[in-house]
This record gives sequence, C-alpha cells and structure tokens, in this order.
Amino acid sequence: MFKLKWFPKWSRENPKDIYGPAVVVGVVGCALFVAALIVTWGNPAQTMTTQTGPAGTGMGVVEFVDEANAPDPDVENYYTEEPYLPEEGEELAKDVYENVQVLGDLTEANFTRLMSAITLWVSPDQGCAYCHEGDNYASDNVYTKVVSRRMIQMTQYINDEYAGHVAPAGVNCYTCHRGENVPSGIWFKRSPVLENVKGWSANQNFATAQNVSTSLPSDALEKYLLEDNPVNVHSLEANAPNDPDLAIQFTERTYSLMNYFANSLGVNCTYCHNSRAFYDPAQVTPQWSTALLGRLMVIDVNNDYLVPLKDEYPANRLGPRHADAPKAACLTCHKEKAKPMGGLDMISDWPELAMPGAPVYE
Amino acid sequence: MIEYQNIFTQVQVAGEPEMGITNGKGIEKERTKSATFSTLAGWIGNAQLGPIHLGFFGLLSVITGTLAFNIIGLNMLAQVGWSFPEFLRQGFWLALEPPGPEWGLRMPPLDQGGWYIISSFFLLVSVMSWWVRSYVRAAELGMGKHIAWAFASAIWLFLVLGLFRPVLMGSWAEAVPYGIFPHLDWTTAFSIRYGNLYYNPFHCLSIVFLYGSVLLFAMHGATILAVSRMGGDRELEQIFDRGTASERAALFWRWTMGFNATMEGIHRWAWWFAVLTPITGGIGILLTGTVVDNWYLWAVEHSFAPAYEGEYGYEAYIQ
Repeated sequence: MFKLKWFPKWSRENPKDIYGPAVVVGVVGCALFVAALIVTWGNPAQTMTTQTGPAGTGMGVVEFVDEANAPDPDVENYYTEEPYLPEEGEELAKDVYENVQVLGDLTEANFTRLMSAITLWVSPDQGCAYCHEGDNYASDNVYTKVVSRRMIQMTQYINDEYAGHVAPAGVNCYTCHRGENVPSGIWFKRSPVLENVKGWSANQNFATAQNVSTSLPSDALEKYLLEDNPVNVHSLEANAPNDPDLAIQFTERTYSLMNYFANSLGVNCTYCHNSRAFYDPAQVTPQWSTALLGRLMVIDVNNDYLVPLKDEYPANRLGPRHADAPKAACLTCHKEKAKPMGGLDMISDWPELAMPGAPVYE
Repeated sequence: MIEYQNIFTQVQVAGEPEMGITNGKGIEKERTKSATFSTLAGWIGNAQLGPIHLGFFGLLSVITGTLAFNIIGLNMLAQVGWSFPEFLRQGFWLALEPPGPEWGLRMPPLDQGGWYIISSFFLLVSVMSWWVRSYVRAAELGMGKHIAWAFASAIWLFLVLGLFRPVLMGSWAEAVPYGIFPHLDWTTAFSIRYGNLYYNPFHCLSIVFLYGSVLLFAMHGATILAVSRMGGDRELEQIFDRGTASERAALFWRWTMGFNATMEGIHRWAWWFAVLTPITGGIGILLTGTVVDNWYLWAVEHSFAPAYEGEYGYEAYIQ
C-alpha cells in the first residue's frame, strides 16, 4: 500500500514547535470567524435608541430590540368589559346590597361587572372568598375586604387628582396587582441596613433591592416617597456659600432615589435629564414634570391610603424589619416599563374607578 | 532548542544574594539580614527579594498603616454583625464612612464616624512616614529626591481630599469613605453635587496629564524596547555617551512627527506629566465647594458651556 515514509523522517530531522503557532492561528482564526459572523448576520443582541434630547447631548434611551418587541403577558391577560349604560329607574347597589360604602351608586349590573373584574385582577385563584366571608357578603370580617374598599377609594383618588401623572391611560386595580393578591414592587422600610453603627454610617454601603444593589443609601424611598424631604441638592449659583444641609451624603441619597426611578421604569437618566446639568429645569424632557408629579402622588397615596391601613393587616403582610404597612412606589405600577403595560387604556371601560362618588357614563 | 519562557525579563540571575552597601556609619544595621530568590518575581523584575530597610519611619509607617487597614476591616466586619460570609458577600459594598454632616469638624462617637477619624489619623501618619522614608532613603543612597517629590504630589491630592478640603468646608462629612463601591459613589455624587466636574478646568488639566502620562509611558517604553537590540535599554549609558540606539530612537520620532525628546529629557516629560496629574486634580478638588459651588453654571458664566439647539422629550423624535 501507499505509505508516506519521508514525512515522519523529515519531521524527526526538522523538529519545529508547531503548538505555539497552532494556538495563535486557532485563536485568531476563531476570532475572525466570530467577527465575520457578527458582521454578516448582525449582532444577536440588537439594541435600539430612542432619542430624548438635542443632538450632541447624548440623550437617548437604549433598549434591546427583542425585549422592546416582546409581547407583555400582562397586557394579554388583562380582562376588561365595557360598562352597561344605566337605564331610568334601575336599582342601585346600595339599594340591593347591605354595607356598600363606596360603590353604592353603581347599578347592580355594573356593580357585579366590577366585582367580577376585581376578582380576575386581584384574586383569580381564590375568587370572591378572598375578600368575602362565606355567604355573608356584607361582612367586614375579612381584612382583605376592608383593604380593598380603601384601595378602590385610592384608585378613584389617583385617577381624579393625579390625571397629570396617569392620564390618559388611567389606573385600575390591575395596574398594580396583575393577577396577584399582593402587587409586586411594594416596599417596606429597610434602613438601618448595618449593625453596630448609627446615622449615615448605618443606612448605606449594603446591597439591597431598594438601592438596586448599589452601595447608595437604602432609605431614599422612606425619605422622599413617604416623608417629603427636598430632593434637590444643587446650588443654583456658580459661587454660593455652601449649604451644609446639602452635603455629599444627601446627594447620594438623591442619587439612590433617581437610580430607583430609572430602574423601576426601565429607562436611564437621559429619559428625563440632560446629564450635564441634572438639576436644570430648562434642560429636561416633559417626562421630568410627569415624574415630579408622580413623586407627589406616591407621597399622598402612601400617607393617606397605605400607611393608615397598618392595623388592618395580619402580621405576615407587614414589613419584616419594622412591621410597617406595605407601601407603593414607581415599581409597583410601572414594573420596569416607562408606561405601565405600554400605556394600555385602563380607565375608559371603568368610569366607576375614575373619580369618587357616582360614576358618569358616556 | 532551549528557549527561556518569560514575561518581561529575558534572563534570571540567581546566585549569592546582593546584601547591599554599607557607608561606614551603620546604615546596614536597620536592614533585614536575609534575602531569597523568587522565580515569579524574576519574571517581572529582579528575582532577589530582600533585604529590606526598616528604620524608624519604615516601622512607623507599616505599624500605623496596618492599624488603619485593620480598623477599616474590623468596622466593616462589625457592620455585618461579625459574619464572615456576609463580609465576603458585601465586601465591595461595605465601607468605613466619614462622620455625617451634622458633626461638622467635631469628633463624633465611634459608631458614627469616630473610627473613621481615628483610622484617617493613622493613615495620615503612615503615608507621611513613608514619604519621609522615601526621602531619607534617597538621601542615603546619594540620589536626587525626584521620587519623594513625585510621591508628594500624590500626597497633595490625598490631603486635599481627606484633610484640607473637609477643613475648609467645615465638615468631615466631605471626606471620602473607605470602601470599594462607596468611594466610587462618592466620586459620582461629588461631581453631581457640584454641578458636573467636567466643567472644572483643573479637572480637564488633570485628565490631560493623566492620559498624557499613559501615552508618554507607552511611547517611551516602546521606543526603548524597540532599540534594546542596539543597547538602548542601557539608558544611562546612552544619556552620557549617545550611541546608535539613541540616534535611531530620536530619528524615528523626528521623522515621524517632526520633533523628538532627548534621551534624558523624555524622563522629565514623563515625570512632570505624572506629577502634574494629582497637582492639578488636587487644585480642582480644593476649589470645588469652597470657591465654586456649581461648575456647570461657572462654565456658563465664563462662556464655555455650549448651548444645544433642539427639542427635549422622545415625542419630538418619534417619526
């Protein structure tokens, strides 16, 4: 048979280090192959940028195309139903049922429509029994019913008072709940995060959900979305006497809040700000004002609706550290979207939740 | 074929360790007595490790430095309830934080920044002793004091950040926390709080010298390596008795960009660029909050912050 004798002989007589060059050629070759793939087929993780400010400022929101185009299961699972226009002399819920304190002015048909929708939005697995006691639907013995009543009032308040933040989409129970008994993205007091220290040494330098795993302070939500402390830290003059109340520590706390805002909305700083002058109201997008209003809304909602419910909840619904009531913030509704569920209309079908008092059907 | 595998150093020499000179006045008395050889060290430099000169300032520096380091570490450990797993998990997040702004320049309780002041004091003593050591060692060896003064320029920035500026601002709260991520957060917050440090001209200068240092280091290193086959790596000989290595290196740059540094002058270029980085940076930090409270507005007042034409908000840009 044909045998290659000269080759092993020649190799023995002419030793060469082939492994070094082989590794180099292999690595470079693979890199070239991958580079060629990316150039010809395109980057598998395509991004897109939405410009948010003048050219040259670098203002834009960057998203992965796949993520931006992915259907939102919350939108697909959303249940809605148009209202039944009330007819003359139709009986109202307060006449038919006992102990209807908030939705008494609804016709019976619309009342039932809303009740079943709330069941689908908030307790699809448990059904009516999640809030109602046995056959006695008038009973207030189940805490969830008392909380729900207040939440309905809160929804009416938000749509009525804070249209500037939520219109035109509006909000209903599903905006936060998305089919869950307890909405995701609620928060409890988390500070102090460190032991054996006090003050500014104790509220930061520890990765938590509230500081989005940074080492920034973990009490920003408490200070700015429950208490109404000033968020601004800048001097508006070039050469001003320094204000000790606006020290670096406060800047870090504001930074923590802003970082929470951005992460809760799935955007970056330049969605609202021109980052060269964060504080300058002349260099912000319209979304900046919306966010400003949103902060006031959250403060109101937390103080007037959520915190006073503390005594209604069983212990397992309270905060793990301070046994405080669950509170809302950006993430509770937005769930990492600039507009919750992409701005899906939540209110046109539900005039009962649009304002306090008797609903207005059109 | 025998081929010596190496990273930087071509050939490692190992033999009787070189124990150092004596000057007849007993400088060898403050020196350790032994030396070892490390192949690993030999790859990146001299294979001989030791002897090391201790001396009063050396010992003082090591002791106070160790104290500062341990105070910081033990504080971090205490903050996570003395839990080692948590200490490792949160290590990059933890810090020894300066006192809060409410304390001004007073000494706060230990758990609210008191330990920070104590560890900063030890760190100060440690760094200053090391500087003295670098000066005295150079003097003993009959060298110039270039290294000590270069180190002093870094110490200037260190002192501005941790001592001069907090004192001028009237609050230790302005000092930098001792922690990995926390000191980075401090840096960002510092820029944001004082209206964007990119508009601070001394910050600009510092960046120029920093990037310039990097560029000069790369250019010089590359040039010397490129002519080492002509003996260019024997730089001192080339300085006082210029040979073909120097000539070719000079010609390369003059023919490439019309100008060349000299064999001696390139080291002055590099030294000044390196030294001016923290000097200008320190000036910029010292002026921030004390003289200028908002660098962006300062830039607007001095007409070098550009104005941008165009709408704000994504609505304006969606087709």
